[in-house]
Parts: sequence; C-alpha cells; structure tokens
Amino acid sequence: MQDSSTQSRIENFIVLVENLQKSYKRGSEEICVLQGIDLTIRRGEFVALMGPSGSGKTTLLNLIAGIDRPDAGRLLVAGTDIMRLGDVDLARWRATHVGFIFQFYNLLPVLTGIENVELPLLLRGLSRKKRREHAMLALDLVGLTDRVHHYPRELSGGQQQRVAIARAIVTDPDLIVADEPTGDLDKKSASEALDLMEQLNQDFGKTIIMVTHDPKAAEKAGIIHHLDKGRMDR
Amino acid sequence: MELLKLILRNTLRQRLRAILTILGMAVAILAFCLLRTVVDAWYGGVAAASPNRLVTRNAVSLIFPMPISYRQKILRVPDVAQVAYANWFGGVYIDERHFFARMAIGPKNFFDLFPEFLISPDQLRAFWSQRNACVAGRKLIDQYGWKLGDTITMTGNIYPGEWQFVLRGIYRGANKNTDETQFFFRWDYLDEVLKKSVAYESGQAGWYIVQVKNPSLAGATSRAIDSLFENSWAETLTETEKAFQMSFVSMTEAILIAIRIVSLVVIGVILVVLANTMAMTARERMSEYAILKTLGFGNRFVFTLIAGESITIAMLGGILGMLLSLPVAQVFSKELGAILPVFEIGWQTFFMSFAISCIIGFLAALLPAWRASRVRIAEALGHIG
Repeated sequence: MQDSSTQSRIENFIVLVENLQKSYKRGSEEICVLQGIDLTIRRGEFVALMGPSGSGKTTLLNLIAGIDRPDAGRLLVAGTDIMRLGDVDLARWRATHVGFIFQFYNLLPVLTGIENVELPLLLRGLSRKKRREHAMLALDLVGLTDRVHHYPRELSGGQQQRVAIARAIVTDPDLIVADEPTGDLDKKSASEALDLMEQLNQDFGKTIIMVTHDPKAAEKAGIIHHLDKGRMDR
Repeated sequence: MELLKLILRNTLRQRLRAILTILGMAVAILAFCLLRTVVDAWYGGVAAASPNRLVTRNAVSLIFPMPISYRQKILRVPDVAQVAYANWFGGVYIDERHFFARMAIGPKNFFDLFPEFLISPDQLRAFWSQRNACVAGRKLIDQYGWKLGDTITMTGNIYPGEWQFVLRGIYRGANKNTDETQFFFRWDYLDEVLKKSVAYESGQAGWYIVQVKNPSLAGATSRAIDSLFENSWAETLTETEKAFQMSFVSMTEAILIAIRIVSLVVIGVILVVLANTMAMTARERMSEYAILKTLGFGNRFVFTLIAGESITIAMLGGILGMLLSLPVAQVFSKELGAILPVFEIGWQTFFMSFAISCIIGFLAALLPAWRASRVRIAEALGHIG
C-alpha cells in the first residue's frame, strides 16, 4: 500500500524517476550509464534532455519510454510502475501510453505514409475504416494529407518526420518521446518539426520529452535538464 | 490481413534476392520430385502387381526354365483359375540402347490374365491367327512410329538368329501405372524355331503366371503348386506377383537408397541456403523489428513476420518447382520410357513436396526469427545511424 503523500506525488507527475541506475556490459567491463537519476515531469510539460554524447540522455529516454529496463531505482510513468511489468504487459503499456519520434524517422519502407501511421492502431482492434479515419486525422494535423499514399522513399526527410510525428500521436498517447527529432533534418524542416511538437504541447496538452544536442531545439521546450556522465546536473 | 500484406511486401522487397532464392528452391523441389518419381517408377511393377496373380519360376534361378507340361499340373491345384506362361526373349532392336521388355507368351488366354492390357478383340484375333505376330504397348508404338502390319526385325541374343515379327496389335494400359512399353510375341513361334535350331531348349517356359480365385489363399496355393514339383529336376518357387516384382527391385535396393539420400541432401542444401537468406534479411531489418516492438507489437508478431516471409518464399519456390516438374517429367518419360515405363509424378510426391516446402520455410526462419524476437529494442535501435 502506498501512503497518501506518495499517491499524491504519483498523480501530480506523469514521470517520476527516483535514484535510477543503469549500466551495460561491454565484454567483461561494466559501464555505468546512469547513476542516481531523480526526475519528475508534470503532465503537459515539454522537457528537453541535453548533454554531451554518452551522457546517458537517450538511455534515460529509453527507460522512461519502457523500451529498456533499469537496474535499480524507481520509475513510474503515467501512473504505472513499469519496472514491475513483464515483457508482454510492457509492450501493451507502450502501445497505449507512449508515442515515439526518432532521429531517422524509422518508418517501415514497405508501407505508405498512411499505412505507417495506421500501424500502432492495428493493436487497438479497430476496423479498417476507423483506422483510416484516425490516421487521416493525424496526418491532417501534421499537414501531410496530400502525400498519404507515398512510400517513405518518395518523401523528403521533413515529410518523413511529419509522418513519424503523426504515427506518434495517432493513438493519443499520454507521453511523446523524441530522440534527436531534428538531428537529420535541414534547418527549415527542423524548424517545422519543432513547431509541430510545440503545437502538440500547447494546443493539445501533450507531454513531450525530447533528447537533443541542439540548443535552438531545446529552446522550444519549457524545461531543460542537463545530463553529464550519467548524472543529472543540478 | 495486414500481417499478410506486410509479409508479402517484405517478401518482394529485395526482388533479386527473393527471385534467386525462389529459383533455388524451385530447382531443389524439381530435383526432389524427379528423384522421388524415379524411386516410384522403379517400384512401378510392384505397384501394378495384381493380388490375384502368382508367379511360378524355377527354384534355382529365373534363368532356368521349366517344362511346359507344368501348366497342366498347376491348373489342377485347387483355387487356380487360369495359367499362362512367358519366356524372356531379350534380343536387340536397332542397337542395345533401344531397350524394352520382349517376351514370348502363351497360350491364348494370356491376355485374360492381364485385364489391365486393353487390346481390341479384332487385333487379338489377328495376333493369335498369325504365328509370327506381335503386340506392342502404345508408348513403344509412339516411340518407334510403328503401324499395324509393319514387320519388326530383331536380333536374338538369348535365342540367336534374325527374328521377324508382324505387328498385329497395340495395347493400352487400363491404369496410369500400367506399363505400355512391353513387346509380346507368340511362344509357339519361339518354340517352333527352337525345335529346328536348338531342340533341347524347346518345350520350356521361363515362368508361369497363375491366376487364383481367392487372393487370401495365395500362400496355401503357392505351397500347393511348389509341392507338386518337389524333388523334380526343376523345382519351383511360387510367390505373389508383387513379391516377384519386388525381387527385381531389391536387387537394386542400394541404388534406390542412394537416390533417396540424394533427394534428402538436395532438401538439406536448400534449407541451408534459405536459412542463410533469412538470416541476412533479418539482420538487415533488425531496426525495423525493433520499431515494431517499440510500437507495442509482441515477439510473436515479429516471429510470424519472419517465418511468414520464409514460408512464402519456400512455398513459391516449391510450387514453381512442382509446376516445372510436369514438363520435365514428360521429357524424362520419353527418354527413359523403356527403363522406367511409368514415369509420372504422383499426387503423393506433390503433396510431400508442398509439405517439405512449408517445413523448409519454417525451419529456415527459426533461428533468425528467434534472434529477432529476442533482441533488445534499445540494442537494435542503437544500430540505427
């Protein structure tokens, strides 16, 4: 049983990280990537995680998004202690609660734009018609309704990232995580992608956690956290 | 439905690789079909054997004949309905490469014992009314372009001399597995010539064909026939036609085993080739599998995706191989007609080929699919960029 103050902390924050530890084995050597990380993020916040390469920011993002598991600590996301979930439940949890945006878009090349956006909805048991409607809505939101039947190879980098953003929001997740979303884009496309994320945060109240090297990108976020050598800078 | 779409699109993604693998699979299945059919064809005589026919031969060896008088004695055995006889003629037609079975047969009821040889009554009458007449199977007629009334000359090797036969009948097979490459002429013609040239060889039959009324008593009937000739100078060995045919096949058992092993080796080789292709494919797409898992798709979905692609490639190759085997088998049938008279790919072989294709597809996907389903998402995404 949790006491009332803990319960209230859980309800206030969409992300609650306490004393998080993560290390990887490289051969016989154990590399400590994150140590003693404490972090809280409220619903509707736009948070940027910054830091030099190897500082552990992508690892922290992966842990929060439930695509990797910490060694120790506490990790509550969207009201769920995700460390306690088994692989199958964790996959279901991700499908429901988290939207993902990656640096290299990571669209499936054999699917068209709209099919890529529809992909997460296949796990929802919706009819084909409903899936199409939801996907079109998401693509409309990112301003890409004219290229829905194009394959990723037929789209520019900026357009592909917009499809990826549409895929991230199509299930209406509690949390959107973005790993260097502008890292592979030209200036104009990067600015458009950031504007889109800002719009999702401000107009739709989406909580966004973004890993970035780019100070200009970080400016869009209301809160910036710095990591260095696996620790959060105070 | 969406999964199927994804599998099909993934299959055709690396076109050249997919086509080459499908062709490889097709060639393997083609080879498997042909090799299996060679084995089946080898057993063709066994398969075509009738349960109500027994064969009585000299107990020492088939090459030793028996007196023609045995027929009357065998006819008196209870449960025996009819008895006919035959001699292996051998001989050479054109040259030794043109091989087909040539036999002297008698008496007039011979074809009554073989209802699977369909011959018109007119032609049968013509055959029995001319001493040097002959009857040939449809496939021989097609192969050599013979017509009724043609004179066919052969050089004897077991029975020396130039032998001339007049074609008076053509038989067709009642069943698919009936041998249509045999050549029959009259035993009394052979006997007449032998009486003039090598008299001590006349009046003898190579083997007797015994039709029984009740196939379930074949064992007892066989023993009864053989007991008639115990302690004679030509003791007999009577067995079912199937066992008689089997004795020829068992002489070449080692070859058949070798053919079976080769057919399995071919399957093994293509399994390794397809497994390698799938391992390469899965390795290249590891980041995509990671994305699917990130989006919430489970390990089973990823496993099905890879296994489905592998099975699709294997099945397409298998079906292509089976389709190709039909015309190739026809060519084989034409070329090997005399040695393997019934060379037709059976449904059992097709069914087995299809099942093997599916199993190969599944087995080839096992390791890469297992690896992809076990890979950690963060690790696989780390490969990106």
